[in-house]
Amino acid sequence: MTIRPASDRSLHVSFGDRIDAASYAAVARLTHGLLGAREVLNLHPAYASVLIDFDPRRYTHERIEALVHACLAGPPPAGQEPRHVEIAVKFGGESGPDLEDVARHTGLSPEGVIERFTAAVYEVYFVGFSTCFPYLGGLPAELATPRLSAPRKHVPEGSVAIGGPQAGVYPLASPGGWRLIGHTPLRLFDPQSVPPPLLRMGDRVRFVAEASR
Amino acid sequence: MSEIRVLSPGLQTTVQDLGRFGWAHFGISASGAADAFALRAGNLLVGNAENAAAVEMTLMGAAFEFEANTVIALTGSDFAAGLPLWTPVEMKAGQTLRCGPSRSGARCYLCVRGGIGVPKSMGSASTHVITGVGGRPLRAGDLLPIGTDAIRRPRRAPQDILPVGDGPLRVTDGPQAESFTGEFYRSAYIVSEESNRMGLRLRGPALASAAGHMLTEGAPLGAVQVPPDGQPIILFVEHQTTGGYPKPANVISADFRRLGQLRPRDPVTFERVTIEQALRLLQQQEHWLYGL
Repeated sequence: MTIRPASDRSLHVSFGDRIDAASYAAVARLTHGLLGAREVLNLHPAYASVLIDFDPRRYTHERIEALVHACLAGPPPAGQEPRHVEIAVKFGGESGPDLEDVARHTGLSPEGVIERFTAAVYEVYFVGFSTCFPYLGGLPAELATPRLSAPRKHVPEGSVAIGGPQAGVYPLASPGGWRLIGHTPLRLFDPQSVPPPLLRMGDRVRFVAEASR
Repeated sequence: MSEIRVLSPGLQTTVQDLGRFGWAHFGISASGAADAFALRAGNLLVGNAENAAAVEMTLMGAAFEFEANTVIALTGSDFAAGLPLWTPVEMKAGQTLRCGPSRSGARCYLCVRGGIGVPKSMGSASTHVITGVGGRPLRAGDLLPIGTDAIRRPRRAPQDILPVGDGPLRVTDGPQAESFTGEFYRSAYIVSEESNRMGLRLRGPALASAAGHMLTEGAPLGAVQVPPDGQPIILFVEHQTTGGYPKPANVISADFRRLGQLRPRDPVTFERVTIEQALRLLQQQEHWLYGL
């Protein structure tokens, strides 16, 4: 574990530079342990790190660091029960313009990609980027496909995508470089409603093919 | 409850307070005033709690009509409104306030006694323009209710205004500082037209990074991130909460107000300071504010 200031008002706690179960368990433990702590303004969990924002007029980096150590040494906090969410997806065609490319890259047929993609159970590693974007672990290794070399300017809301070894769903229309293989009508983010959003850290996700291409 | 009518909306005029905290783990950044110093000062001057909601104007000001007598203060940059800045002023019922194009920096705040009483979303009245959380930019005809955030008498105008400053932006080391050379501190940039509340995009010498591929990690307010094209982006109040680009530096809290006042084509250079220096500079700013 390395701890260092990321700014004069935030502390970066890193558990390594790989996506693996041990680092992720530490991330989940620290995040659940610090949610609601009075010293913490915001938490940014990621694959193997947690960024902690605080008010520098009231607290120091040393104080926050002590809080991190105490949290990791204490009993594991009761995390939220993972929920199981099914996401209906229309694959390929206009809904998933990159499905054919993913098939070509992986040496599978488009049907083979869909079959493997929908057979897996994904875990929401964390939620971030721009508004409720779920970073999903659990993509079958044979489906990993590099990102586009030049990101699209406009990825439609609800796009289901593969980016390297990760899967995700775009909660809002935004620029993006992941490979779009399908689309869901499910709204992951509604600006009028109060969080928590549909998908939270630790939730389990399955994709269900809505209709054939 | 009396209201303020928006007669013309200016370029991008929004309701802001000090932001929405506790939602970054859902990917929602704090938002809030781009120049929080100016918003806090304006609130203190009209006798409000410092987190009261106010109106943020960008580059080109808006026009308003006041339904009842209302104490206001304009803070931040000079938007040619014909009123003294950083000074509580009473607007009379039926009176109109017309702000024009900026004569100095990017943003001017209209703070009103009582605050802007719009409903809060996730605990904050601030508009997150890019996602629509907390509402949308103001339009002609919108009515802004005056709230109940007045907690004491309006203050006298301060004798000296703490200048926003125009030297290099002060930064502390970012998490990937060692992947960059000193070139970062020798390079001169200009603010690009594509900048917004999400990020200030800079144009200038492309920076090389030895960071290579890195895992997506949390990104704080004021982080300088360098994408593959080498052109730095300063993450601003509506920033993404996580990102995968290396970060050589982070703008200090005391200079956030300067970020809020940077305009397209303004020059930017960086100066490295320690965390201790950064905190001392922040303390000086706080000291001035609480002298109001």
